[in-house]
Amino acid sequence: MTRTRLIDPKGWIFLAALAAFCLVVPLLNLGVAEGSGLHLPTYLVSLFGKYLAFALLALSLDLVWGYCGILSLGHGAFFGLGGYAMGMYLMRQIGPRGVYGNPVLPDFMVFLNYKELPWYWLGFDHFAFAALMVLAVPGLLAFVFGWLAFRSRVTGVYLSIITQAMTFALMLAFFRNDMGLGGNNGLTDFKDILGFPVQAQGTRVALFVATGIALALGYLVARFMTVSAYGKILIAVRDAEPRTRFLGYRPEHYKTLAFTVSAMMAGVAGALYVPQVGIINPGEFAPTNSIEAVIWVAVGGRGTLVGAALGAVIVNYAKTVLTGAMPDAWLFALGALFVVVTLFMPKGIVGSLIERFGSPRAKAKLPPEPEIAPKLAEEGQG
Amino acid sequence: MSDADLLAPVSATATGRPDDGHAPAQTKRVTDALLYLDDLRVTFDGYRALRGLSLTLDRGEMRAIIGPNGAGKTTMMDCITGKTRPDTGIALFDGVHDLTKLDEPAIADLGIGRKFQKPTVFESHTVADNVLLALKGPRSGLASLFGWRNRVEAERIDALLVKVGLIAHRGRPAADLSHGQKQWLEIGMLLAQDPKLLLVDEPVAGMTDAETAETATLLREIARDHAVIVVEHDMHFVRALQCRVTCLHEGAVLAEGSIDAVSADPRVVEVYLGR
Repeated sequence: MTRTRLIDPKGWIFLAALAAFCLVVPLLNLGVAEGSGLHLPTYLVSLFGKYLAFALLALSLDLVWGYCGILSLGHGAFFGLGGYAMGMYLMRQIGPRGVYGNPVLPDFMVFLNYKELPWYWLGFDHFAFAALMVLAVPGLLAFVFGWLAFRSRVTGVYLSIITQAMTFALMLAFFRNDMGLGGNNGLTDFKDILGFPVQAQGTRVALFVATGIALALGYLVARFMTVSAYGKILIAVRDAEPRTRFLGYRPEHYKTLAFTVSAMMAGVAGALYVPQVGIINPGEFAPTNSIEAVIWVAVGGRGTLVGAALGAVIVNYAKTVLTGAMPDAWLFALGALFVVVTLFMPKGIVGSLIERFGSPRAKAKLPPEPEIAPKLAEEGQG
Repeated sequence: MSDADLLAPVSATATGRPDDGHAPAQTKRVTDALLYLDDLRVTFDGYRALRGLSLTLDRGEMRAIIGPNGAGKTTMMDCITGKTRPDTGIALFDGVHDLTKLDEPAIADLGIGRKFQKPTVFESHTVADNVLLALKGPRSGLASLFGWRNRVEAERIDALLVKVGLIAHRGRPAADLSHGQKQWLEIGMLLAQDPKLLLVDEPVAGMTDAETAETATLLREIARDHAVIVVEHDMHFVRALQCRVTCLHEGAVLAEGSIDAVSADPRVVEVYLGR
C-alpha cells in the first residue's frame, strides 16, 4: 500500500522547531537574569503563547478547509466557546477576591443584580469539568451544525455564509448581559489557574509550554486523521463528493466527524489563549477574527497542516510589529497580504515549497485551487 | 398498512391507490430478475427524459444499451443509482429492494457500481489508493480511521491493477493518467467494489481502436461473474461484447434483441443508425 508515515520529514522539522521554541523561550525567560541582554521579558512569553494558540486554531481550520473543502468562516466561534469555558473556570477561581467581595457571584453578576449563580455556571469550579466543556461545547455545536448542513448537502459558498452567520449570531448573543457571561465586558480579572497565580512568571511560562504541547498533539491528531484511509476518503470528498456516494460512502458522516474534531481543537486553542491574554469577550466571535484565521491558513498553505501553523505565527508576528509601528495600517497590510498570496502564491508558503521540491504524490495531494472565493456552481447538486 | 386495511382489501384498492391507467401495484412484486424496471417516468422542467421505460436484466447477464443522444440512457442509470428519483414507475433490485426509495450510498451498498461517462477518479490520489478506496468493505468513518482499510495487503490491490493493465502506474497520481487509463482505472475501481451489477457508461469514449478491443475483452471477462449494463455509441465495440442489445429512443425501449436483429430493425435504423 502507498502508506504515508504519520510524521514525514516536514513534520519532523515542524515538531523539532516547536520543541526548540518551547525550550529556548522558557530558558531565556527563567534562566537568564533580568537586565541581561539575552533576557526575554515575560510579556513576550505570553505573546508567543498567543501565537501558538492561533497556530492551533489555524491547524484546526486547515483540517476542514484543506482536507475536505469546508471553508469555515466561523471557526472563531469554536475558539471563542472554548475560551469562554476556560474563562468561566478562571472566574470561579476568583472566589471572594472580587471587587465586591461576594463569595459566590462574580463581580459582573453582583453589578447586574444577579441573586444566584445561573445553572450553567455549575461545575465550572472544577478544572476537569471546565476542560471537558472546552471540548464538549464546541464539539457539540459543530456536530449539530455540521450534521444538519452536510446532510442537506450544503456546500461551497453557502456553507461559508452560514458558518459566518453562526459566529455572528453567537457574538450578538454573548454581547447580551442576560446571557450571564459578562456581556460586552466579557470575563476578566482572573487570579488563579489550578492554584497558581495567572500573572506569575512561572505560570505564564507553563501556559506557553502547554500551548506548544497542545499544538504538537493537535498536529499529530490531524496528521493521524489525514494519512489514514479516513483522510484519503476526506480528500476524495473534497475533490469529487458525488463520486464518493456512488462508491457507497456517506460524505456527510466524514465531514461531520472532521468538522467536530476541528471544532474541539479550536476550542482547546481558545482555552489556552484566554489565560495568556487575561480576557475573553464577545469580540472573539467577530466574523473578522474567523476571516483572519482563513488568511493565516492561505498564507501558510492550505492542506499542509504545518503551513497553517506557520502562517498563523508569521501573520501574527507581522501584526504585532505593524500595529506597534503604524496602528492604522494593519488592516490594509492584511488585505494586501491576502491579495498578494492569492495572486502570486496560491498554494501558500509551504504549498509552494512542496510544489517546487516535493514528490509527485505530495504535489497531487495539495488542494486543487485556493477556494478563497468558492465556486458558485457546485457540481453534483442534483 | 393497518389491520383495518388488511381486513378490507377491496375498499383499499378501490379507493386508496392512485391508478394512472396501468396495472395496480401489487404489495410485493416477485421477480427473478436482478434488475426490474417497469414504466419509469422522469420529467425535468417539462422535458420528459423517460417516458415509460421498462427493462429487465437477468442475473449474470451483460446488456448493451444503445440509442441516440437524449434517448434517456444516462437518466436511466441515474434512476438505478439513486441520483434521480423517477416520478412514477417501479425499480426493483434483486426482486426486493425498491431503488426509488434509496439514496446513492445505500444503493452502492446493495451492490450496484457505476462508471461514469466522463471518467471520474480521485485525481489527488495514487492509482493504488483509488482502488483502495473502492474496495468492498465497511464504509463508516470510524472503520476508515482505525479499521482494516489501513491494513489492506498490497497484493489484493495489485491483482486488480494487473487485471486492468495499470500495475506499472500504481504509485502515480491518478491525475497523471491518460484518458483511456482513467477509464480503465474506473473499471478497476468497479471491480474492487465487487458489485452484483455494474453500470458502465461509455467506457471506450476517447479510446484508440486497440484500447477499445482490450476494453471489450475486459468487459466480457467481467461479465462472466457479474451482471453488466454497458451504454455505448460505438457499434463495433457493442458487437464485440457479444450480448443482447436494447435500443432506447425518447425515453423508452424501441427494440431489444441480438445486435444483428436490433441493427436490422427499420425503426432503429431510422432513429439512430441511419443518421
